[in-house]
Amino acid sequence: MNGFLAILRRDLSLALRQGADSVMVVAFFIVTTTLFPFGVGPEVNILARIASGVIWVSALLAAMLSLERVFQADYEDGSLELLTLSPVSLELLILGKVLAHWLTTGLPLIIAAPLMAVMLNMDQDGFAILMIAMLLGTPALSLIGAIGAALILGARRGGVLVSLLVLPLYIPVLIFGAGAVEAALLGISATAQLQIMAAILLLTLAAAPFATAHAVRQAME
Amino acid sequence: MADFSGSDLTCLRGERLVFGGLSFSAKSGDAVMLRGRNGAGKSSLLRLMAGLLAPRSGALCWNGESIADDRAAHHARTHYLGHQDAIKPVLTVRDNLRLWGQLRGVPDLEAAIDRALNALQIHHLSRVTGRYLSSGQKRRTALARILIGESHLWLLDEPTVGLDRESCAELAQLIAEFRARGGVVVYSTHIDLDVENPTILDLDDFAIPMVEWLAEQDDIEDMAQAMRAPSSQEAAQ
Repeated sequence: MNGFLAILRRDLSLALRQGADSVMVVAFFIVTTTLFPFGVGPEVNILARIASGVIWVSALLAAMLSLERVFQADYEDGSLELLTLSPVSLELLILGKVLAHWLTTGLPLIIAAPLMAVMLNMDQDGFAILMIAMLLGTPALSLIGAIGAALILGARRGGVLVSLLVLPLYIPVLIFGAGAVEAALLGISATAQLQIMAAILLLTLAAAPFATAHAVRQAME
Repeated sequence: MADFSGSDLTCLRGERLVFGGLSFSAKSGDAVMLRGRNGAGKSSLLRLMAGLLAPRSGALCWNGESIADDRAAHHARTHYLGHQDAIKPVLTVRDNLRLWGQLRGVPDLEAAIDRALNALQIHHLSRVTGRYLSSGQKRRTALARILIGESHLWLLDEPTVGLDRESCAELAQLIAEFRARGGVVVYSTHIDLDVENPTILDLDDFAIPMVEWLAEQDDIEDMAQAMRAPSSQEAAQ
């Protein structure tokens, strides 16, 4: 457990000192969301109709943007090698790194999401569910993304490759995340969608650290 | 009395056979010096010993138990120093070292870091961030890492790279102290490091041509097939 906290603390202090990354993710999210009204026109009803989907798609892309750096820097300077060789289990350390990634990218996205919802004229009924759905969905995005980030270690042009690997796996989160908000907007209970999202989160929480650790060990060979 | 040994190790990297049939043995207080031309597999052997790579065949044992059986225990007793220094440019020397100490669960960590920094004479740098260190200072910081926490095995891959003559002497001194405490050191170096009567392992002796090795493997597979063949016929009947 101490190892988990140690790596979490280190990654957070690294992110704090290189703050640009977090800001960039949120800025990317805001800019992408803002592009849609320009593209589809300022018709208020249309924007309200597509708001939840737009916010989720932008959040997916923003989360993906930051994936490459989860392991890349550690891989390049040899830290990842030493993490693999530490007496603490690599799975636990990876969980710590993923949590740090989520705290620095997922959480800011959740905070920025309602602002974007207002801009897109989304009905207020959807706000609470949007936040809850993102709270369940974004950690799953970080966990799934970590697998992709570990798989591309050592590959050139990893950034493009990671999106190809990871985006298809993001689809379930997108479907149920947007679905939950839709349901809330229609005045139906969104419990079913949220439960499925919670299930996805639990599944990725259980499986992703092992898959990621395996990919990291592979990259060390 | 610890005993670190490897028997009949074969290392395959990609499609290249690095070395084969390599055996060694080292006891508490021993130093093993790896020699060989570039690409002979010095780094690969050290990575095998650390557990970063798995041997194609053969086994590495600590006190008679295979290191693959209990990786956590092997990692806890080993300090590995690779080519890279693993220093974050935005963290101070002390913060850089702290993580590795915490991962090992070192008691009284700050004092241990102080001792390590003093031993390498970089205590005045403890608050300097990584980006302002010279390459020699980075190497010393990396060396300070292996002084933090209990360990019984040092695997040093070219530890002298970037060090000046004085630091090399200090490193030799640190190795001597570690051996006196009963540690085992395996290192590779191109310059003469003043280590007392090391066992020399020349990796050029274990280079075997790929063709020969493949032929040998084919024989084994053929034999295995020959042995399997009758039983599969029986199964068919």
